[in-house]
Amino acid sequence: MLRIDIAKQLGAFGLEAKFEAEEHGAILVFGASGAGKSCLLAAIAGLIKPDRGRIEIAGDILFDAGRAIDVPAEARRIGCVFQDARLFPHMSVRTNLEYGSRRRKEHKPAASFDGVVALLGIGNLLERRPRTLSGGERQRVAIGRALLSNPRLLLLDEPLASLDDPRKAEILPFLERLRDELGIPMLYVTHSMDEVARMADHLVLLDHGKVAAAGPAGALSGRLDLPLLIDRPDVGAILLGSVAAHDDARSVTCVTVGAAEFLLSHIDLPAGHAVRLRVLARDVAVATRRPEGLSVQNVLPCRLNAIADRPNGRCLLQLDLGGAALLALLTADSVHRLQLQPGQEVFALVKSVASSALV
Amino acid sequence: MSDDGRILTLTPEEWTAVALSLEVALKSILFSLPVAILAGWWLGRRRFLGKSVVDAFVHLPFVLPPVVTGYVLLLLFGVKGPLGSLLNDWFGMRLAFTTAGATLATAVMTFPLMVRAIRLSAGAVDRGLEDAARTLGAGPFDRFFSITLPLMVPGIAAAAMTAFAAALGEFGAVITFAASIPGETQTLPLAIYGALQNPGGEETAARLSIVSFVLALTGLFASERIAHRAHAWQG
Repeated sequence: MLRIDIAKQLGAFGLEAKFEAEEHGAILVFGASGAGKSCLLAAIAGLIKPDRGRIEIAGDILFDAGRAIDVPAEARRIGCVFQDARLFPHMSVRTNLEYGSRRRKEHKPAASFDGVVALLGIGNLLERRPRTLSGGERQRVAIGRALLSNPRLLLLDEPLASLDDPRKAEILPFLERLRDELGIPMLYVTHSMDEVARMADHLVLLDHGKVAAAGPAGALSGRLDLPLLIDRPDVGAILLGSVAAHDDARSVTCVTVGAAEFLLSHIDLPAGHAVRLRVLARDVAVATRRPEGLSVQNVLPCRLNAIADRPNGRCLLQLDLGGAALLALLTADSVHRLQLQPGQEVFALVKSVASSALV
Repeated sequence: MSDDGRILTLTPEEWTAVALSLEVALKSILFSLPVAILAGWWLGRRRFLGKSVVDAFVHLPFVLPPVVTGYVLLLLFGVKGPLGSLLNDWFGMRLAFTTAGATLATAVMTFPLMVRAIRLSAGAVDRGLEDAARTLGAGPFDRFFSITLPLMVPGIAAAAMTAFAAALGEFGAVITFAASIPGETQTLPLAIYGALQNPGGEETAARLSIVSFVLALTGLFASERIAHRAHAWQG
């Protein structure tokens, strides 16, 4: 378990972070700019010293103010990927990559040099200087350098924030492969909901220096009481499902999430493979009877769990798919007109589903 | 050989002054550079109690009249001075009125120049890079030698070249502490000054001035090149 319980005062800003998470897959720390995300990472990495509290990873105590334990950053074996890459300008890409592994020879690396270079697609950059790399290339090298330092935990501090959209799209698949193939747990800080939707197994919501909520990404994304998640135009549910079957004639794939079945455009993955779905609340409509003659592919029977009033005459509905929650954004007028009540059986009409592969 | 030819040919005594100047300048830089790097890094990167006092002390030779610096050195390192007598008793080493003394005076005079430049370059090294090195397993010494020092190299090179040029021209402190003994402590500027004191010494003064001119220009070009290369090497 990763157990964090720290406090740090920096001028007028105070960070008080307490959460626990399995060291498995990607733990996303989500919050607005200035919520204390980078401060939290720096404390875990050992680059700033908390005023009080504890940091524990897999039973090892890295910091405990009460017992005067403060393992120095260089001995923590926590790899960091910074927003600005921070490659050493006076070294080649290869020397940068080897900087950490040379200093941690006693530990058997989780990934080989060649493996990491292949995974990140940086084989043709090895002899170049960081100055000559593009932003996306730099960030990939920085990720490789952190991986090769043999970390027990990888911290990523908004690794995509300084990149434009095409570069982001270039790096995200690498991060997904990292999470799925190397088995190094990662703590990933971001203010981008897209990155949360694609990466998060576990989610920690940070708001004004405090943890607003922490838990499995799917469970948190279906809640109506988290302003950080619902006060945004792209509010929606993250669903973890698996490929059930392909219908090649119709060129569609059936994905099961709990008891519900989604039909998606063909996904090139074998049956049984895990898939991550994101369904925006504004793409979900609700019907009290099964509609007919409709182009919408996914009409799912579900139970209306709760209704939350939203600004501008809107309502956010939580729909229970039988184990997973879906969100729907309707006008208050529609809710009134259909006389929707919590506990009612309804049909969710899902207009669009985004999917990404998971291992 | 005609008189016209001789005007551009250095006499053996003049060659001695040139060689001595180069020797004193080079040695003074070699000895003071490591100390200046540490002091520059310390002042540029660390906060500590009494920093402003240390800072002022380092800069003293820069603001004092060189003659005063030479006089203070004489008081401290003269054969009867507190440090000079110790050196004499323990090592049989005399600094006042020797080449070693000229080197010491030159080193003391150029030290603040070097510290100023190195301090700036130490302050300009991105701490984020050092943090990155930490998370990759590098301890304090390792970080200094693998990251901080290499990134300071352009500043250090520039500091050394500037100090070398200044060392070649050092006059007041050297003549006060080490006097002007030909072959021993009489460097280029001292030799030029000495020649001008003698009737008929103008030719010597002119020749040595031309040498000074050439050395200064060469130093300037070399420092440009070094700075350029250091930047390129740094990425």
